[in-house]
Amino acid sequence: MKKMKLVMVGNGMAGVRTLEELLKLAPDLYDITVFGAEPHANYNRILLSPVLAGEMTLADIMLNDVDWYRDKGIRLHLGKKVVKIDRGARKIIASDGTEAEYDRALLATGSNPFILPVPGADLEGVLSYRDIADTNAMIDAAAKYKHAVVIGGGLLGLEAANGLKARGMNVTVVHLMDWLMERQLDRTAADMLQHSLEAKGLQFLLKTETSEIVGGADGRVKAVRFKDGSELAADLVVMAVGIRPNTELAESAGLYCKRGIVVNDTMQTYDPKIYAVGECVAHRGVAYGLVAPLFEMGKVCANHLAHFGIGRYQGSVLSTKLKVTGIDLFSAGDFIGGDQTEDIVLHDAVGGVYKKLVICDDRIVGGIMVGDTADGSWYLQLLRDRQDIHDIRDHLMFGQSHLGNSGHQGRSNAAAMSDEMEVCGCNGVCKGAIVRAIKEQGLFSLDEVRKHTKASSSCGSCTGLVEQILASTVGGAYQPAESKAKPVCGCTDHSHEDVRRMIREHKLLSIPEVMKFMEWRTPNGCASCRPALNYYLISTWPHQAADDPQSRFINERAHANIQKDGSYSVVPRMWGGSTSAAELRRIADVVDKYKIPTVKLTGGQRVDLLGVKKQDLPAVWRDLGMPSGHAYAKALRTVKTCVGSEWCRFGVQDSTNMGIALEKDLWRMYAPHKVKLAVSGCPRNCAEATIKDVGVIGVDSGWEICVAGNGGIKAEVAQFLCKVSTAAEVLEYAGAFLQLYREEARYLDRTVHYVARAGLDYIKRRVVDDGDNRKALYARLQYALSGEKDPWQERAAGAAKHEFELLEV
Amino acid sequence: MGALAEPLVAVKWVKACRVEDIPRLGARVLKSARGDIAVFRNAEDEVFALADKCPHKGGPLSQGIVHGRKVACPMHNWNIQLEDGCAVAPDKGCARRYPVKVEAGEVFLQIWA
Repeated sequence: MKKMKLVMVGNGMAGVRTLEELLKLAPDLYDITVFGAEPHANYNRILLSPVLAGEMTLADIMLNDVDWYRDKGIRLHLGKKVVKIDRGARKIIASDGTEAEYDRALLATGSNPFILPVPGADLEGVLSYRDIADTNAMIDAAAKYKHAVVIGGGLLGLEAANGLKARGMNVTVVHLMDWLMERQLDRTAADMLQHSLEAKGLQFLLKTETSEIVGGADGRVKAVRFKDGSELAADLVVMAVGIRPNTELAESAGLYCKRGIVVNDTMQTYDPKIYAVGECVAHRGVAYGLVAPLFEMGKVCANHLAHFGIGRYQGSVLSTKLKVTGIDLFSAGDFIGGDQTEDIVLHDAVGGVYKKLVICDDRIVGGIMVGDTADGSWYLQLLRDRQDIHDIRDHLMFGQSHLGNSGHQGRSNAAAMSDEMEVCGCNGVCKGAIVRAIKEQGLFSLDEVRKHTKASSSCGSCTGLVEQILASTVGGAYQPAESKAKPVCGCTDHSHEDVRRMIREHKLLSIPEVMKFMEWRTPNGCASCRPALNYYLISTWPHQAADDPQSRFINERAHANIQKDGSYSVVPRMWGGSTSAAELRRIADVVDKYKIPTVKLTGGQRVDLLGVKKQDLPAVWRDLGMPSGHAYAKALRTVKTCVGSEWCRFGVQDSTNMGIALEKDLWRMYAPHKVKLAVSGCPRNCAEATIKDVGVIGVDSGWEICVAGNGGIKAEVAQFLCKVSTAAEVLEYAGAFLQLYREEARYLDRTVHYVARAGLDYIKRRVVDDGDNRKALYARLQYALSGEKDPWQERAAGAAKHEFELLEV
Repeated sequence: MGALAEPLVAVKWVKACRVEDIPRLGARVLKSARGDIAVFRNAEDEVFALADKCPHKGGPLSQGIVHGRKVACPMHNWNIQLEDGCAVAPDKGCARRYPVKVEAGEVFLQIWA
């Protein structure tokens, strides 16, 4: 089949990202031609500031070199400006006469700097700040001249000023408005920013309007004159007063433009054969100047060009990060607020920290952070997900509670870390290695950083730090994925929520059915999506959807925990942590008989037999004669108990028997992640129930139930759910809460993550206030667990033999 | 180097099992003088054999989740290509690959004797 012809005009980040996405989806669909006006291949325009400041070189910021185009079979015309689109003949024509026919065209013409219409704007030494040529001109000027004036105190202007200062120039920033970066900051934040920049040696003239640029006898700029008649000496003037979408070509071709080339949600212009992406575009009346939304556009456009047609671009919430070394600044959404909004503000002028969140109807609508931006991406995520923050309002300001996190020296501020400091304690990755990978490999997303460096790919507790490093290295290019819309994995664009809904609404009963129905891109998924799908199926349709062992992680397939040497650990179930002489004797005999090297007590009051050979597992289970402890599964693990009123002189409730009853009620319960319970017999809480998924604490008049605690990566104290009087009620409330979690949480969410997202109020409404719903939830859980067998005794009796037997030559 | 680089020993095909002895999208472990060999079967009933040792930290690949023509190592989730035993980029390294043939439902492996 003859390939269709795709011609792209503009060779910048948005356009080339679109091509990359397209080649991933449909590598052979198009014969591609690219016209670029600059003589360079695709480079990271956002990193021009570090180049100007001398922190990076041009080679560091190349994203795709000419070899990339050649390898992908793309015809590349560099240094050729396109002057005409002949829509009738479907031809693109460049200024040197080069022509290319198209079936589909993609306009990615970017934007032009806005030049102030003042006398002298065309003098030598007056520059804009847009591309490699401008950057080089500034670097050259800095070597020769002394005085620089930057007109415009926005993001770009300040970055230019900082770079020129770093190159030894004497820099003054002239700004028309009352404070710097007024489109991203409020006055307080802007003042703090100005102070820190002044401390670096920059000078500022605010509320100052430029009237003329004065030239010398040599034709080069000599000074800048202002409305009030005063003058400032200048050998270099940089205009950074804004950008204009470059619509010249589109307009000349008769395409409708209004504040940009007007496109629909699939990035098509008024001529459906012509697409447009990037800064040249106006989508729903908005033109974007930051790269993250441009990448989102590119993804949608590629999707449509590849005939997938499911993606729509629906606009972006913007956030800004300033790329000035040593200054941390973050802003997002509506940061000023109005009559309908409330502010939460934390301001430590001496410590240099300012945080402001703007709240409307219990939702974050905007925010600013200066000095401490560690939680920027968390706030942005809450903002984009429109999450109800009512429950966390009292501690929202203090961030995502990094206090309990372990594994990275308790640090939560990446900017203050040196290159040698370890960020990811699981994989031994230092800050410098992450920064290097981001720069050298041109990484933009958390997933890419995880793939290349492994940082935050294991326990994930350093994710916030890695995001900060990414954000400060690539600047505005980084935006955290919108978590609700986040796809399950690379095999699909559908979110966890979509998948669950489809399984429920269309009664899908097997993994192949789900993948076919939801158009998975891979034939049988991957190690991320298959376990999730398997869980969603069996939890949505118990006794109907068949469990697929090959889609379970090895531990759940072998019903034991794989160890680093490939042997397994065996943890027999001891109800509520109680055992007997007979059980202990059998355990001792098994240890001797199978030469098990290590016997250890677990944190959940069980005995762990470590170093068991896989082929011995069924016989070990048979000889133990004890049920599976599920210490290997995303399932109910243990119910830890203190001794309680039967023996303890302080105990007010029989916690041991309560724990045994809970464990017998809930064991064999698969869940999105592991589930741990504890029962204490009095408020002294010796069973540490307040860091469990469900904690039960005996009081004189009954039991208090708390939920969503966690003692692991992210230590989190459980939240009080309700108080009940009887043991039967404890079973019902705990079971109903866990069933809600099983039905609604994303796979691999612990209860702490689920409740943080759903909100405790919601949980209380469903489980505590609504008695009918509670009973229905509990009944669904019991139905799901009914008839579930003990996997160990099934296998001891000969089930799934192939899993344990070795082949011999 | 050419032919001299290869051991001067006759090629031997060893019978491992029948195709249906390996679970679809799964693996079995074959004990051999060369160490454990993981024998995989994918959804299309293609059979592959690799040394049961991940090039990363030696994890048993036989215990991983098989998808497409890859297996995800159970230790740290590296993806290893079943055809050549090599890690999917950006990870680097290869597990030894053993030639496989299937005749009348029987799986044979080529292991240097």
